[in-house]
Amino acid sequence: MADLRTDFVGIKSPNPFWLASAPPTDKAYNVERAFKAGWGGVVWKTLGEAGPPVVNVNGPRYGAIWGADRRLLGLNNIELITDRPLEVNLQEMKQVKMNWPDRALVASIMVPCNEESWKAILPLVEETGADGIELNFGCPHGMSERGMGAAVGQVPEYIEMVVRWCKQYTRMPVITKLTPNITDIRHPARAAKRGGTDAVSLINTINSIVSVDLDNFSPQPMIDGKGTHGGYCGPAVKPIALNMVAEIARDPETYGLPISGIGGVTTWRDAAEFLTLGAGTVQVCTAAMTYGFKIVQEMITGLEAWMDEKGYASLSDFQGRAVPNVTDWKYLNLNHITKAHIDQDACIKCGRCHIACEDTSHQAITEMVDGVRHFEVKEEECVGCNLCVNVCPVENCITMVPLETGMMDERTGKPVSPDYANWTTHPNNPSAQQAAE
Amino acid sequence: MERLHTGPAGGRLDPAEYESNFSDLHPRFGKHEALVASDRCYFCHDAPCMTACPTSIDIPLFIRQISTGNEIPAAKTILEQNIFGGMCARVCPTETLCEQACVRNTAEEKPVDIGRLQRFATDAAMDAGRQFFKRAAPTGKRVAVVGAGPAGLACAHRLALKGHDVTVFDAREKAGGLNEYGLATYKASDNFAAREIAYILEIGGITIAAGKSLGVDFTLESLRADYDAVFLGIGLADTNALGIEGEELAGVEDAVDFIAGLRQASNKADVPVGRRVVVLGGGMTAVDAAIQSKLLGAEDVTICYRRGQAEMNASEFEQELAASKGVFIRHWMKPKTIIGDNGKVVGIEMEYTEMRDGRLVGTGESGLIPADHVLKAIGQKLVPAGLEGLALEAGRIVADETGKTSMPKVWAGGDCVAAGEDLTVTAVAQGRDAAESIHCALTGV
Repeated sequence: MADLRTDFVGIKSPNPFWLASAPPTDKAYNVERAFKAGWGGVVWKTLGEAGPPVVNVNGPRYGAIWGADRRLLGLNNIELITDRPLEVNLQEMKQVKMNWPDRALVASIMVPCNEESWKAILPLVEETGADGIELNFGCPHGMSERGMGAAVGQVPEYIEMVVRWCKQYTRMPVITKLTPNITDIRHPARAAKRGGTDAVSLINTINSIVSVDLDNFSPQPMIDGKGTHGGYCGPAVKPIALNMVAEIARDPETYGLPISGIGGVTTWRDAAEFLTLGAGTVQVCTAAMTYGFKIVQEMITGLEAWMDEKGYASLSDFQGRAVPNVTDWKYLNLNHITKAHIDQDACIKCGRCHIACEDTSHQAITEMVDGVRHFEVKEEECVGCNLCVNVCPVENCITMVPLETGMMDERTGKPVSPDYANWTTHPNNPSAQQAAE
Repeated sequence: MERLHTGPAGGRLDPAEYESNFSDLHPRFGKHEALVASDRCYFCHDAPCMTACPTSIDIPLFIRQISTGNEIPAAKTILEQNIFGGMCARVCPTETLCEQACVRNTAEEKPVDIGRLQRFATDAAMDAGRQFFKRAAPTGKRVAVVGAGPAGLACAHRLALKGHDVTVFDAREKAGGLNEYGLATYKASDNFAAREIAYILEIGGITIAAGKSLGVDFTLESLRADYDAVFLGIGLADTNALGIEGEELAGVEDAVDFIAGLRQASNKADVPVGRRVVVLGGGMTAVDAAIQSKLLGAEDVTICYRRGQAEMNASEFEQELAASKGVFIRHWMKPKTIIGDNGKVVGIEMEYTEMRDGRLVGTGESGLIPADHVLKAIGQKLVPAGLEGLALEAGRIVADETGKTSMPKVWAGGDCVAAGEDLTVTAVAQGRDAAESIHCALTGV
């Protein structure tokens, strides 16, 4: 039976599924419910400095985009950090940690970018018995206007500086949460590492306007006729998050730095993908906000079942296994040739593969054969682009089949070469490197 | 007790039961239901549903329009191809047309709800009073249309659109043909047929001459002389007779008359129905008559059909609907004698049938089914009076795919022609296409 127990920078949890710092972790009431449902850990909603707490808008805080059947695909929010007094949060955190000693409880913190502020809050948090801290350098809305959140996360030097203070003033493990609203995620990650961070977590939300109200000409969510950019999250951002996690995981400077993966994790499968790209835990928010805490049961059982099927006893058996397979485009094997294949028994004859290929790609799929509606790949035209696979409504109806070595590629009229050959040595590349004599 | 009164009688049910029994069979989709249903459409290329529709409505397009909150443009997409899109959404046997062709059947044996989505869009446009069509400049050409059913009015609308002046003659008091006098009441509730016709006539240029019959008030010759073209959409106004003993007994009735009476009755409790009803036939008319007999409070309703289930013209959906309403469908038996007592029907003797050497024959064995009301639904036929000189074939008018008959200046479409299935939607397609052909003939364009 698969063992999901996790030890992430010394923070232990019964499974790698943590709730991200967000509305679901704002109070003891919610966190208690989450732990009862089976979540392995929570990152408490971000604490600010002592004194009058921040205030939130009283109108809508969220906007969304939907897929078929109004499945929520992307959510954006303009909520700020916790608007409850610091003492109340600290008191509740302490109580919850006492009630649930086997679960991970991490405090997310965002205070002004000066040493005194960080120095002041860290002992208060430490006193709660929290297992670690997460530095919120990510929120792109509201707090960033006040020089916090993403405003810090976008300046690697600030990241390094604050991480250094935290490592200096607390014994707790430090997780640095990164903003994706930056050109190259490796720079803030490297800075966090230089500052001595124990781990990074990413991604925080992405700057976004989810929609515009066409009656009022205002971004959504609309507050009294106006809107502001919010933080985008949910299934739609997962691909962006996976790439950023992978970039850090394979960067020589940050290779091996523990990562808590965040961004659109909705099912066990999403979580497994983050883990294979090097994440040690995953953090979830939108899926819980969409379906409630019970989804963790699907995540736990799904991951266990997959691990059992594959024979993985613990998470470390497969963690990071995809990292060596993430490479640069220039190293992809140009001699690897695939052709689309349509399973005629599975085909429902919607014709979408044909029209997608005909109108927008390579005219490589028939619509009629011998006067009958029939969709078949013309191998002499097929470049193996995979668009037909992606638009087909039936899973596994169209598959990409690699041509074996020696087989004829009917498009080029050449046999498939057994050799690996990439762009760096391709004759069309003006800067092709000649193999050493 | 009224409920168990023997012999055709009204008032078998409480008023509330009548109301519930004859309300909409499939209530209109709400906005949310329509969005959920429209989400299921794959927007197929060269969509099979569209090919299966006799009027070739661009179904994927109108469903996509609904899915993006644009039901009014969706209605335009529908009505451009089929001006009776509202009625067809209610009465089309979609399970043998668009919905049968839907690729979702292959995928999960559940098609997109095309019919109900079509109704959602067309109802929205009609409720909003939105008109999409504007007449072209008058051409000065005049066309006579005989028959104000779906074929005739579809033809008239398209001709009016092109700027021609159209007079539509109909023998009945109201326009609509089978939309008004045929069809099950629960498929066209709330006076829909009349409302739809009013909507269609808003285009202008169409005059309805009701109560005027071919062969009585005018002849084909007079129309050809007085108008630039003639379209015949006269349907099948006569019914087949059984030709057996007892057919004249009180309580033996044509199903089409029974259905028309019910459609026209402002109070359904006034429509007489027997306690034990036997319906003879296997088509839509038989099913409509049987179900509605049951809904009027008949205790036993039996459809007797001389062949098997597979040969029934009524669709599987209609058969199942009948069964769900408590109608008993019996196959392989044909009427032998209708038994009477004091001039009133009391039962019917049915002879069992079978296929022998590829032919349907009676087995010689028979059984008696008690009945105080027998409804004949064994087919309608053309009334040939007034059609002298026109080529007929198998009792129907010969017309090519553009509706041209054997006689110059005369076109025909709908049930009265041999081509196509006897469906509202087919009639609409034929009327529309004949109008295009007439327009072409009149203007040379």
